[in-house]
Amino acid sequence: MSQPKILVVGGGLAGLAATMRLAELGVHVDLLSLVPVKRSHSVCAQGGINSVNTLTRQQGDTEWKHFDDTVYGGDFLQHQPPVKEMADWGPRIVDLMDRLGVPFNRTPEGFRDQRRFGGTLFKRTSFAGATTGQQLLYALDEQVRRREVEGMVAKYEFWDFLAPVLDDDGRCRGAVCQDLVTMEIRAFPADAVVLATGGNGLIYGRSTMSMVCNGSAVSRAYQAGAWYGNGEFIQVHPTAIPGADKLRLMSESARGEGGRVWVPRKPQDSRDPREIPEAERCYFLEERYPKYGNLVPRDIATREIFDICTNEGLSVEKDRLCVYLDLTHIPRETLDRKLGGILEIYEKFQGVDPRTVPMKIFPAVHYSMGGLWVDYERSSTGGMVEGSPRNQQTSIPGLYAIGECDYQYHGANRLGANSLLSCIFSGLFVAPSLVAARGAGAGGVDPARFFEAEVRRQDERHRQLLGRTAGNENPYDLHQQLGNLMTRVATVVRRNEQLVEAYDEVCSMAERWHRCAVSDTGNWTNQNVVFTKALGDMFPVAKLILKGALMRDECRGAHFKPQFAMPGIAATDPIAKREEAEQWCDRFEENTAKWLKSTIAVCGADGEPEISYQDVDTSLIPPRPRLYGLVGGEVIEEVWKERQAGRLDVNDQSSSLAAAVG
Amino acid sequence: MIKAAEHLDHESGNGHGQAPEVHPVRVRILRQDVAGGESYWERYEVPHEPNMNVISVLQKIAALARTRDGRRVAPVAWDCSCLEEVCGSCTMLINGRTRMACSALVDKLLAEDPVEIEIRPMSKFPVVRDLVVDRRRLFRSLERVKAWVPVDDSYDHGPGPRISPEQQQDAYPLAECISCGCCLEACPQFTKIELSRGDAESEADFEARRRQAFDANFVGPHAISQAMLFNAHPTGGMIADERLEALTSKGGIQMCGNAQNCVAVCPKRIPLTRSIARAGRAATVWAIKKLFDR
Repeated sequence: MSQPKILVVGGGLAGLAATMRLAELGVHVDLLSLVPVKRSHSVCAQGGINSVNTLTRQQGDTEWKHFDDTVYGGDFLQHQPPVKEMADWGPRIVDLMDRLGVPFNRTPEGFRDQRRFGGTLFKRTSFAGATTGQQLLYALDEQVRRREVEGMVAKYEFWDFLAPVLDDDGRCRGAVCQDLVTMEIRAFPADAVVLATGGNGLIYGRSTMSMVCNGSAVSRAYQAGAWYGNGEFIQVHPTAIPGADKLRLMSESARGEGGRVWVPRKPQDSRDPREIPEAERCYFLEERYPKYGNLVPRDIATREIFDICTNEGLSVEKDRLCVYLDLTHIPRETLDRKLGGILEIYEKFQGVDPRTVPMKIFPAVHYSMGGLWVDYERSSTGGMVEGSPRNQQTSIPGLYAIGECDYQYHGANRLGANSLLSCIFSGLFVAPSLVAARGAGAGGVDPARFFEAEVRRQDERHRQLLGRTAGNENPYDLHQQLGNLMTRVATVVRRNEQLVEAYDEVCSMAERWHRCAVSDTGNWTNQNVVFTKALGDMFPVAKLILKGALMRDECRGAHFKPQFAMPGIAATDPIAKREEAEQWCDRFEENTAKWLKSTIAVCGADGEPEISYQDVDTSLIPPRPRLYGLVGGEVIEEVWKERQAGRLDVNDQSSSLAAAVG
Repeated sequence: MIKAAEHLDHESGNGHGQAPEVHPVRVRILRQDVAGGESYWERYEVPHEPNMNVISVLQKIAALARTRDGRRVAPVAWDCSCLEEVCGSCTMLINGRTRMACSALVDKLLAEDPVEIEIRPMSKFPVVRDLVVDRRRLFRSLERVKAWVPVDDSYDHGPGPRISPEQQQDAYPLAECISCGCCLEACPQFTKIELSRGDAESEADFEARRRQAFDANFVGPHAISQAMLFNAHPTGGMIADERLEALTSKGGIQMCGNAQNCVAVCPKRIPLTRSIARAGRAATVWAIKKLFDR
């Protein structure tokens, strides 16, 4: 047997954090990535990273409140112990990144500066200009490079993960991967395999995600038997810049620094936006959400922007839906210092200076809250047991998932600046779990035959694809059709009749994929066949997204079905109002009992998803109505609090703690 | 609240009033099938779209897989990922100039040359295929100058050192380097190293030989700038001497001919020549110190 090692697939924040910590623990890591790790999609994260900090702490903030904001923002769909653990780790993670040299913006006295992000009233977000993800990724990339020089890390860049290798007991013993230059397919034996392969935005065609975010590695693990959790929860970011090839992100930090979203009150007012007087502008987020203003959680901001354009007809342009995101009232120097990176992107790609002219933006697919189901071991204090081999382990023993590709931390909606935290946290936290897991699969049969079988299978699949030159389907066109369909039916507004149709359509597209012609039959840097393969693996995930969305008859976070929406209070008379609020709360409780469950998709033998539901651990903070800006929300809250108080007498201490902060 | 079934359809640009009369975009690409192979030109034509960049042109060519004269060909291979000029993948020579394909807008390129857009792979790195080049040397340079903060470990030791806003503002632009290689492409002192594995040579031996070749040649402006970034950091500076040792060794800063091309082509406008000047001064001081310490 060779010396023990771990295979980390994906070199974004999560993969690099895990690699750094593992190498430090003396474990050899094979780090495999589609691109040089420094080019991973984490570089696109802009706004910042959340944690309680010395300043917010003195304003009454605590790790518990960060935890509470995260589960409330996520509509309570996430298991609470991992989220609590993550919030607890927040301060030390930001401190660590600071020590690694991340050039966080500074206060005049030299402390880290923070800004406010969506879904919280505290300034928790540390930032490095408007390229925070890039700076965090580089810091970890540098540490991993240092370990590579020491011989603890071997990088395999431009490699594609094809399948996990399972033994007779169903335990993961390594993976089969392909060199994207030489096209060689070979096995990587490992004591554990960690997927840190990010989101799957490419299933939606154009999104804010990078071209490598095709979700293929996760799909391949899912097809090998790993469960997929909460697939239907896809974050649509409120503010992106339209583009033919990509929808480029315009960070939430633009609003965190005071950016205001508005439309002219007169539909398609043709005046220069700077000449439209204040009174003739509709700052709809500020009007509808006086408490959070432009910084309501993303799902809400997205629906409002969508609504004002589609239903109220107030899109700035007639043929292209968009609203203004206005920074022009902020001093130029401040903008350059705090938002330079994103303003340059806008300027470069749109040819307009956003420091002087309001930007035109519209929502775009941005983040997968769902992902591979992963386990955790709950500690006695309500967090996670550090070093437990169960933490971040998928339903396949020995196969782990971290970062955006797990389903663990963000529930039904992710708060801005929490993704960088969850990626680094899960990466650091999984390392001792992997060390503990290392012994579990050792001994017994030599896994060589499992590797040989899987390599043969993958060779065969590859050869078959190369031989397909006569088909009448073009993989790039088919991808575009899939993207258009998914964007149309499975983003901001979802309707059952559309989802049913779309499911059939995706099934037929998956059939058509078998008739895709490959236009490059060579065996050298064949991007054509690699793309076609990845496209084939998008369909199983597209299906589980659609089926999960179809079956979930409720509104929760990013999943919005108008048919099941719970509007606010219509009555004006106090008694009727009260009565309506009681009914509202009854309905909320019924819905919670029925739908506050993780969606679990298992890939059936025929490739179709089988959906089941699992209870969510909400033992720390009892679920409560998400009332941001809801009409009559104050009455509902009153009724809700009374009901909770009534229960308090009989309940355990943890919920009393929660009520105290709620 | 939302009634109409609408889509999140960012049909880019089509709503900007009356579209001017547009011709198809003509492109000439220098192709190469394998590493070390012969290169050849091929011409393509794709429909024009408003706000189009070179990446969308290449995407359309991949889908088409046909030359302008209708011949079926393998799609052009190229590197890209983020498409917003922050991952550093898609560096190419476009109309003769080294730049990122994602931020190279077609209309601007057509203003340079209305007939045709010319795309070639970078010339200072070995071509893998078509527009894909092997930039491992660029990352090896970062190892040579120890471009990292030598922390003890990743356990909790509280925050990093206090840093003034001025220091941060000074460091941040250098930290924005996306490792695209534009500065290396433009640098007269950075010359191509292309080796091939000998018949009897093992993979490890070949790797060692390649590394030797990399290390004997110019480290490049990007790495000099990174060395200055880390030397200026309070903790990073604790191994400043090691970086200066690297910068004064073979292939170090003395090779810089001060052509200043690097700073002119940097897509992130990193003050590379300022870093080089700083490195030059620091190297001189260090050399003198070393002389007296002997």
